Amino acid sequence: MNKTMTEIRWHGRGGQGAKTACLLLADAAFASGKHVQGFPEYGPERMGAPITAYNRISDLPCTIHSNIYNPNYVVVVDESLLHAVDVTAGLDPEGAIVINSPREPEELRPLLRGYTGKVCTIDARKISEQYLGRYFPNTPMLAAIVKVSGVLDPDRFIADMEASFHHKFATKPQVIEGNMSCLIESMKEVRGL
Amino acid sequence: MSIRERLSGNEAIATAMRQIDPDVFAAFPITPSTEIPQYFAQYVADGKVGTEYVTVESEHSSMSTCIGAAAAGARAVTATSSAGLAFMYEVLYVAASSRLPITLACVNRTLTGPININNDHSDSMGARDAGWLQIYAENNQEAYDNYLQAMRISEHPSVRLPIMICQDGFITSHAVENILLESDEDVKKFVGEYRPEHALVGRDHPLAVGPYDSCPFCMEHKVMQAEAMKNAKKVILDVAADFEKTFGRRYGFFEEYRMEDAEVALVLIGSTAGTAKACIEKLRARGVKAGLVKIRVFRPFPMEELARALQNVKAVAVMDKSEGYSGCGGPLFAETRSACYDLPSPPKMIDVVYGLAGRDCAVEDIEKVYRHLLKIVETGETGPRYIHFGQRSNQEEVL
Repeated sequence: MNKTMTEIRWHGRGGQGAKTACLLLADAAFASGKHVQGFPEYGPERMGAPITAYNRISDLPCTIHSNIYNPNYVVVVDESLLHAVDVTAGLDPEGAIVINSPREPEELRPLLRGYTGKVCTIDARKISEQYLGRYFPNTPMLAAIVKVSGVLDPDRFIADMEASFHHKFATKPQVIEGNMSCLIESMKEVRGL
Repeated sequence: MSIRERLSGNEAIATAMRQIDPDVFAAFPITPSTEIPQYFAQYVADGKVGTEYVTVESEHSSMSTCIGAAAAGARAVTATSSAGLAFMYEVLYVAASSRLPITLACVNRTLTGPININNDHSDSMGARDAGWLQIYAENNQEAYDNYLQAMRISEHPSVRLPIMICQDGFITSHAVENILLESDEDVKKFVGEYRPEHALVGRDHPLAVGPYDSCPFCMEHKVMQAEAMKNAKKVILDVAADFEKTFGRRYGFFEEYRMEDAEVALVLIGSTAGTAKACIEKLRARGVKAGLVKIRVFRPFPMEELARALQNVKAVAVMDKSEGYSGCGGPLFAETRSACYDLPSPPKMIDVVYGLAGRDCAVEDIEKVYRHLLKIVETGETGPRYIHFGQRSNQEEVL
């Protein structure tokens, strides 16, 4: 396996947009010239059930088509999953976990089954409600993992996302500014770096 | 000039369909192929294609619609998976025996039951005797490229058989990856227009389609159909050669990966090939002479060519992603073992049935299979010929 590859695992609940965030990250990495994979793990999904999604981001083509068992980074979109899912399973201690929570990283570490690596938190609810008026955690979580992992250049990422939002929200441009603020604020506010 | 993009496997197929702009799309959705008719419906609504989009009440009807359209002289396509394909079985045989070049995008998913939506090859393998050509993909790029080649193979006057373009459900159909697309213009030019020699529509050559074929004639027609399947081999290679000349990407009956000096090798189909390639690189770095034959064309089966590819290998594991319930191994094993029967010293060969109903297969799993092959080479004992791999079990593990 080449050392230039970053593997990320997303844990969320059905309906929160973890799959969308995973695909947005793949888009952003693609725009910056990388080879990407973004894929969710499928089953009998329903709203609120735990779901998993994956990213591989690499300078070289990646041929592996399996799930990711030893990720460099884990993103937890819903804090309540810490009790239900072994989110740090196989996680690289040199990497990090990013959790959507208003709490401090060290408050959450006891829930992480002995994980010794970096723990980061971001209050995606606060940011989302402030700038979008509703709870869409995926945009702040996306920015947080880009910041924590350093997998993409932050300025390039922001520019690429703006272009992507202009395309995606062509019919409702009023939401672009809020989404951009979510990205920028989240990169500033992520704790535990 | 190719266009750098990132698409899922389903988007790749829908894009190829839009570029080709077929006459008729018969649509009935089923997971994981649902997105294909979904994307295509958008193209129809946006006026990007001139296709007649026929929404039907079942897969039996979608294939019947394709049969009617193809008999009339139209280029007809559909997409399906799993139980949807199973529901077409009766009419799959009608399409093939009526020599109608229909293109079906099969997004492989296990057959029910128990109910499960995930990937294996039991759906298309169950249809392997229906008289359809079958081509399989490792990733979204190959799914796209195979689709661009499909109609020229299927519609060729020496073939005139329907074709299934298969890819692994979810694993590639729902995975966004980098892909090189070709321009609409280049695709249209490569695929060309369909001008059938015989069609129901048109007065010059009246014909009947699907009549009763009595005993004095029916066997002759079945033999002609079998000859057409054999003829397809040359056409598949000719189209692949033109594809390589036009777009620069190379295809054949199968891909040989690090086979030049391989002592142990896998034979398998689909997305697992990519995972196996990563494993091979890891093993090669440690001096293990590991190789892979990834089957692209399963119907017609490239018997002589596969035997040649395996003639110098010491031990082979055929990895079947469908059970087959023969009691003695899966369909790919049966074909591969038969292909090697005429070799002067055939390799030792086992069947590893894996990945059923979406059971994941990682690099480490593939490594276990190679380790088992190395043990066979070392001891000279083949051991059990037919193994299931990846399941939880109280039995002692063979691998």
